[in-house]
Amino acid sequence: MNTAKPAMTSMTSLRQAIIQAVIKLNPSTQIRNPVMFAVYVGSIFTTVLWIDSLISPAEESPGFILSVSLWLWSTVLFANFAEAIAEGHGKAQAASLRKNQTTVIARKLKHAGTREFTEVPSTQLVVSDLVLIRAGETIPADGEVIEGVASVDESAITGESAPVVRESGGDRSAVTGGTRIISDWLIIEVKALPGHSFIDRMIQMVEGAKRQKTPNEIALAILLSALTLIFLLVVATLLPFSQFGVHVSGAGRPISLTVLVALFVCLAPTTIGALLSAIGIAGMNRLSQANVIAMSGRAVEAAGDVDVLLLDKTGTITLGNRQATKFSPAPGVTEQELAEAAHLSSMADETAEGRSIAVLAKRQFGLRGRDLESIKPHFVPFSARTRMSGVTVDGHEIRKGAADAVAKHVQSQGGSYPEESRRAVQEISNAGGTPLVVSSDDRVLGVIELKDIVKGGIRERFAELRQMGIRTVMITGDNPLTAAAIAAEAGVDDFLAEATPEAKLEMIRDYQKGGRLVAMTGDGTNDAPALAQADVAVAMNSGTQAAKEAGNMVDLDSNPTKLIEIVNIGKQLLMTRGSLTTFSIANDVAKYFAILPAAFAATYPTLKVIDLMQLGSPSSAILSAVIFNAVIIVVLIPLALKGVRYRPVGAAQLLRNNLVIYGAGGLLVPFLGIKLIDLILNSTGLL
Amino acid sequence: MTFNSVAQIVVHIVVLAVIIRPLGAYMARVYSGQYPGMTRHLKSIERFIYHLGGVNPELEMTSTQYSWAVSRLSLVSLIAVYGIQRTQSWLPWNPQGLTNVESSLAFNTAVSFVTNTNWQSYSGEVTLSGFTQMFALTVQNFVSAAVGMAVLIAFIRGIHRTSTQFIGNFWVDLTRGTLYILLPASAITAFVLVGLGVVQSFPATIELHTLENTPHDGVPVGDPPEIDTPKSNAPSSPTAILPLGPVASQVAIKQLGTNGGGYFNTNSAHPLENPTPLSNFVQMISILLIPAALCHTFGEMVQDRRQGTALLTAMTVIFLPLVFGVAAAEQYGNPALSRLSVDQRASDSQSGGNMEGKETRFGITNSALWAVSTTAASNGSVNAMHDSFTPLGGLIPMWLIQLGEIVFGGVGSGLYGMIVYALIAVFVAGLMVGRTPEYLGKKIGSFEMRMAALVIILPCAAVLIGTAAAVMTEAGRSSVFNPGPHGFSEVLYAYSSAGNNNGSAFAGLCANTDFYNVTLGVAMLIGRFFVILPVLAVAGSLAQKTKIPSGAGTMPTHTTLFVSLLVAIVLLVGALSFFPVLALGPVVEHLELYVH
Repeated sequence: MNTAKPAMTSMTSLRQAIIQAVIKLNPSTQIRNPVMFAVYVGSIFTTVLWIDSLISPAEESPGFILSVSLWLWSTVLFANFAEAIAEGHGKAQAASLRKNQTTVIARKLKHAGTREFTEVPSTQLVVSDLVLIRAGETIPADGEVIEGVASVDESAITGESAPVVRESGGDRSAVTGGTRIISDWLIIEVKALPGHSFIDRMIQMVEGAKRQKTPNEIALAILLSALTLIFLLVVATLLPFSQFGVHVSGAGRPISLTVLVALFVCLAPTTIGALLSAIGIAGMNRLSQANVIAMSGRAVEAAGDVDVLLLDKTGTITLGNRQATKFSPAPGVTEQELAEAAHLSSMADETAEGRSIAVLAKRQFGLRGRDLESIKPHFVPFSARTRMSGVTVDGHEIRKGAADAVAKHVQSQGGSYPEESRRAVQEISNAGGTPLVVSSDDRVLGVIELKDIVKGGIRERFAELRQMGIRTVMITGDNPLTAAAIAAEAGVDDFLAEATPEAKLEMIRDYQKGGRLVAMTGDGTNDAPALAQADVAVAMNSGTQAAKEAGNMVDLDSNPTKLIEIVNIGKQLLMTRGSLTTFSIANDVAKYFAILPAAFAATYPTLKVIDLMQLGSPSSAILSAVIFNAVIIVVLIPLALKGVRYRPVGAAQLLRNNLVIYGAGGLLVPFLGIKLIDLILNSTGLL
Repeated sequence: MTFNSVAQIVVHIVVLAVIIRPLGAYMARVYSGQYPGMTRHLKSIERFIYHLGGVNPELEMTSTQYSWAVSRLSLVSLIAVYGIQRTQSWLPWNPQGLTNVESSLAFNTAVSFVTNTNWQSYSGEVTLSGFTQMFALTVQNFVSAAVGMAVLIAFIRGIHRTSTQFIGNFWVDLTRGTLYILLPASAITAFVLVGLGVVQSFPATIELHTLENTPHDGVPVGDPPEIDTPKSNAPSSPTAILPLGPVASQVAIKQLGTNGGGYFNTNSAHPLENPTPLSNFVQMISILLIPAALCHTFGEMVQDRRQGTALLTAMTVIFLPLVFGVAAAEQYGNPALSRLSVDQRASDSQSGGNMEGKETRFGITNSALWAVSTTAASNGSVNAMHDSFTPLGGLIPMWLIQLGEIVFGGVGSGLYGMIVYALIAVFVAGLMVGRTPEYLGKKIGSFEMRMAALVIILPCAAVLIGTAAAVMTEAGRSSVFNPGPHGFSEVLYAYSSAGNNNGSAFAGLCANTDFYNVTLGVAMLIGRFFVILPVLAVAGSLAQKTKIPSGAGTMPTHTTLFVSLLVAIVLLVGALSFFPVLALGPVVEHLELYVH
């Protein structure tokens, strides 16, 4: 995905878009967009008027009718072009995905528990077939690993070249058709029919082949159609009104059909009508640029509305692992003594926590790895029974572990557990940390504090979210005490401690009952119910098939913080729609001032007074308005594709800013634009 | 604009603002079934009415049932009003011996009163019997007003309630609105008006000796001498017939229920219907009283007073500049007269300005304020002839009607129209804060947009297509007596008035023809019921939704910013839809009159 370049930059895709724009002139394509279809009909109508004017004398000069007609056709083409450009990006992605979709020969096992197979083309596989795949081969279909461990190159869908491990059982058992096994072998059970696989769905989504209008898009389209209908009425009745005007004033001639069509097209909300679908597609594109595949456009829209974010603690709010932050020595023990013992006991501890103890000791006391040969240590690995690990060196048993385990160990050797250490353990627990007690033989040396490290800058992110009106909830398996401490440090609004899948589901339902929209991320099979319930559910690509099926988006980077970005993209999408609608409607005011005096110049010359722009001639005025109306579409394509910038400020502030830019701007810009085009038309003698 | 003029407008607004808050709160309590104060005593009557109608007041209706109840009542009302007119010569209380009303006029009048429009193609005093006035029209003045209020209340319930199908019981809302609000308010207003000199009598006419007909020389003073006819030489009858009747009671409900149908043809310009500046003041207050107070009722019922105040502010922000606009245009006078060296300046000895068609006892300010009030609210009563206003002075009332009667508007109907506009404003702007739009916690989806679109398109279509049909056909054109753009304005005004249920008219158009009676009647039906039905549908759909709690990400709908946005959307839609027609009518007329 990362390899696909934005379509705008490449000349070939630009050419492709132009070709597509022409192909989209097909009436069956046009009719899907009522606003632009009206323009399309207007273009055909003016073309007929032009041909008619060549044959017999007409109301307007053939040159004028032709100019209007051509610009109306341009309006339609520009709209098509905008859509094609937006689609182009998705097409490029789809093409690179499709390359992996070659039919391969799969070894289909005759039945479970055997290695006998028949070779069949991957297209003939059905759900629950068992398939054997060896190193260097392409996985023929989406499936679940039944047997084996292998490293798999998933760069075809993630763009990430480092291979990932896939194995049976657990949360890493899902494989995707089209990815390649690099080492070892796997037996998988087919989970999706050819044509319905994950890659197929991805292709469909990015290509927009199955793009359905989202609820808000439909509602907006209704509003735009209503406005179009009103203007159709206004313009259609203008003909009898102007005939009556001529009848009573006895001067001039009725408004010509060409001018009526021009007026109608200028008034209809063509700007937003032309860009509406491009905005929607571009929203999906921005999402896939962030390496997220949305399984429906509806989910992207819902992302803008999200009120509550459920975030997993580990990896999202805190760095993946706890880290040692402090040594608290027991009475009579120096801190250095404690650090040395802790360091020794952790030398063989390859867990992240163990390493962090070594790092802390090195940083605070300059302790380095000892020459292991000289001290001949005997390492005791962690066991669930003793709940301790350690090292025996120079006849001293150094152990570290949970407070009660070490206490028991020390007391069994006749030592005592000092009150100070008991208090230190309690304090560390209260503050959300994890205490590890270190002992040497029957003597407690002190306590090591392990803490969850809250990611840098996350507190600010949450403050931003709060300003956007979004509530953050931390989900953790920790006990409530620990959870509360971390929640306070990270600045989340709420937390769910000792979270079980059921508790998560319950929480989501509760929020939804209160009318809130909930977003969450998940990767495990046990997340699936909650993912299915959440309004915006982002499954990690590294997660299980079940999680991916339940979610409505898949994050190919498997980065839980992505949720915040997704919300931004959703909001941007809605804002772009709203801003361009406002702009489009506000534009109409200036167009009236340009066209009406021109249209009735013959019947009521006094109306020239309302021609605020002082345009050159009636025909240049009308043509300028039509040209402006067409050109503004092209000018706004980059904005439609990029989206209106979203800044996390309150809704009132956001509304004020956008109203000034797109509302007031929408009133003013066409006055300047039309005047400018009129000046150009008149000075170059194009008319 | 003189100081006197500004002061009168300010006093009017201040008095209104003071009364409406308690009234709004009172109405909210009435519709929620809590009876404050003295009205508690009416409770037994209310129960008796339910008993009589076989209504179980506890049983609530879905939006479909509610719509069906509204439709049934309106259909029965239509038939009844039509039937009474068609048979009035055989019915009692017809001392003038008036004949049965002709069918197209009876249709037009029936539609007109049932839709709360009160467009009158007839002269009341010479067409309708006392029985018809009382049992057909006055009844509808109450019923149609109560229907509008009931629909509004059901709509508010739809917005406020969550996860339910029920939006109230129409018969209960109708009864309560009439019994606890319209009847007491009318009674009080009628008493005040009688005290201020408005006629209230049972004999429909009195004969009196007129000064004009006192035979000094046998020629009536006021009539032009008609020498060649034998009539002028014959001694005239020394008596004249002065039509009287239960005027004050009819005027009270005509104003309070935003009906507008006067007892006399000249409506509140008639000295017996509106004798003094003080009676004029009371009537003007009562035009806007209930529509404005309902905004507070809305705030109370959705438990957020700021929301009601916001809508009221939006209405006022549109209303006030237009009042000053009309007053200024009229005070400026007529350049055609200036060219004849007529002094049109305001001074101690004269009001100045364009006084044609205005009553000297009201002057320019009160005529302008009335004209704007009566067209802002869908009232339609007049105390001056809008047809005689300057082109711009006439444009403003006409445009106010075309805005859809939502600036105060009809009782109930104005506010539900304004709320529909608020939904549209929320929809357009709500997207700009990066959320799918919501109003008072309810998501606005495609169904609401579809209904809102109908509410805006259909009345607009009725106006434009109706006007187009009139100017395209001989039947329509033959009724237009005034030449040039003014004749066009008159036709446009008629259809604007009908399509938006206002009821006032530019005179000068002979509207009592089959063509106008039927087409205007259809326009009135569209303007009323094709708004009510979508509004109730939206009420039903919103009632079923859950309420989204508001937060920092929600667009507030009570702020100055939102009010400005709402005003902008209302004006923009109104301007964009009607700018071309207005340009061809009043604007051209203005330019021709003033620029040349």
